[in-house]
Amino acid sequence: MINASIKQLSAALAAKTISSVELTQLYLDRIASLNPELNAYITVQPEVSLAQARVADARLVAGNAEALTGIPIAQKDIFCAKGWLTTCGSKMLHNFVSPYDAHVIARFNDAGAVNLGKTNMDEFAMGSSNETSHYGPVKNPWDQARVPGGSSGGSACAIAARLCAAATGTDTGGSIRQPASLCGISGLKPTYGVVSRYGMIAFASSLDQAGPMARSAEDLALLLNAMAGFDERDSTSLQRDKEDYARDLAKPLSGLRIGLPKEFFAEGLSGDVAQAVETAIAEYRKLGATVVEISLPNSKLSVPVYYVLAPAEASSNLSRFDGVRYGYRAPEYGDLADMYEKSRAQGFGAEVKRRIMIGTYVLSHGYYDAYYLQAQKIRRLIAQDFTEAFKQCDVIMGPTAPSTAFKLGEKGDDPVQMYLSDIYTIAVNLAGLPGMSIPCGFGVNNMPVGLQIIGNYFGEARMLNAAHQYQLATDWHSRAPQLGQV
Amino acid sequence: MSLNNADVRKVARLARLAMSETEIETARSQLSGIFALIAEMQAVDTKGIAPMSHAQDVSQRLREDVVTETNQRELFQSIAPQVEAGLYLVPQVIE
Repeated sequence: MINASIKQLSAALAAKTISSVELTQLYLDRIASLNPELNAYITVQPEVSLAQARVADARLVAGNAEALTGIPIAQKDIFCAKGWLTTCGSKMLHNFVSPYDAHVIARFNDAGAVNLGKTNMDEFAMGSSNETSHYGPVKNPWDQARVPGGSSGGSACAIAARLCAAATGTDTGGSIRQPASLCGISGLKPTYGVVSRYGMIAFASSLDQAGPMARSAEDLALLLNAMAGFDERDSTSLQRDKEDYARDLAKPLSGLRIGLPKEFFAEGLSGDVAQAVETAIAEYRKLGATVVEISLPNSKLSVPVYYVLAPAEASSNLSRFDGVRYGYRAPEYGDLADMYEKSRAQGFGAEVKRRIMIGTYVLSHGYYDAYYLQAQKIRRLIAQDFTEAFKQCDVIMGPTAPSTAFKLGEKGDDPVQMYLSDIYTIAVNLAGLPGMSIPCGFGVNNMPVGLQIIGNYFGEARMLNAAHQYQLATDWHSRAPQLGQV
Repeated sequence: MSLNNADVRKVARLARLAMSETEIETARSQLSGIFALIAEMQAVDTKGIAPMSHAQDVSQRLREDVVTETNQRELFQSIAPQVEAGLYLVPQVIE
């Protein structure tokens, strides 16, 4: 049952082979047994989850269930959920029990899904290894000496370790795709504006986007159907007709044009990752796709551009944490300014402070044009590269991350090395395009490799089609780490 | 470019982050590394390129100026560090 797809679980629930309460308890038992080691969850509230499961069971009996009714789903701890501790991985919010639901949470509640718990993450989503969490690092279930990636590392770990049926993530520079790659699961970042950011704790608002994480592309489509849609409470939410993201899953891939950016296969890419990705591309050719080399000449600038724009937006967004209305306040302080400075110094971790400092600096008097404005101009060049590329192809493919999962502590002292983990994912956020990662094999040390698929604006259904057809022909997505019997 | 400790101290002050001298020294060294990475941008010719602040070219929506939120003061203040008589308490700012 723990390996079943959402569709299979949904069928089992409808047929009363299993109840939502039983399914939820099954996952809660696994969490109780495995989470002390893996640290994928920050908060579980078994009674709250089971109460939701009972409501779902009643709905199943009444015959008004939807695709996700009764399905236990883990929520990244960046989403405010009413009555749930919502920490965003930070000491700053160690006592923040949210008084309201994020749009994404409300959508899952309306669909009758069960909130299984809140997953661990890099503090305020700033990190690529989950090591910046105030609640300790998450372990990669394939090798617990290694990182799960980040920032949605808790969600990725929970899915790979079968501690939930599916989960949510957020992706500002690769935070869904990179951990999906490192943990051997599937994850999708939608086009910017498709999923509401309401109630999702802000990091860099022009880049942040929520998306689903699961064990297959088919599951992702069902989850995205629940998450997507206009919300007037998010000023950048897009007003578009409702679409069924699963509509094209069954289409054959003959005629699909795949663009391979030559910059993604150059220096810096590990040999084992390159080999797995090339094997995946060969499989796509067998499925009828054609391959064309493309160029994204400015993509190499995406890391420096991102480390100006994202910290600039973060320094503004995180100014709200001041120890006045909610969250952490220093125990001792003098005047008001001292209270702000001490509360923020004690409440934020090192990486968050570093990014606030970068952002404050690049926005400060005398440096704005040289850094912030220049970065915004190059952002346009990066987006234009994609527009040109999509004249020649339907989807772009390449590696998600330059290597498989690295060891805990390996990149601890050097922020720049850590930042380069997202070299293939960041450009997608800057352009606002949809992207995903699916498992495509194993590298050295038997660690998972992810294939990145980048779509054109609103090309989610096309990407999911390409991913699903690959998953019908291969079984990388159904491999599971050995974690012993529970 | 390289930063000195006075630059870091000034930025920490602007960002309202208390920092010890040791922390300022560590931050200076790490921020200098990050700014070396960022400096790659400077060589790019962006003459005539319009800055891109957003992925989607849409304008802000407007709505009717009507009350849409209900008063939930007690709920919201139940998680505040310090409140009294419905007010958030901070150190005295007016003598």
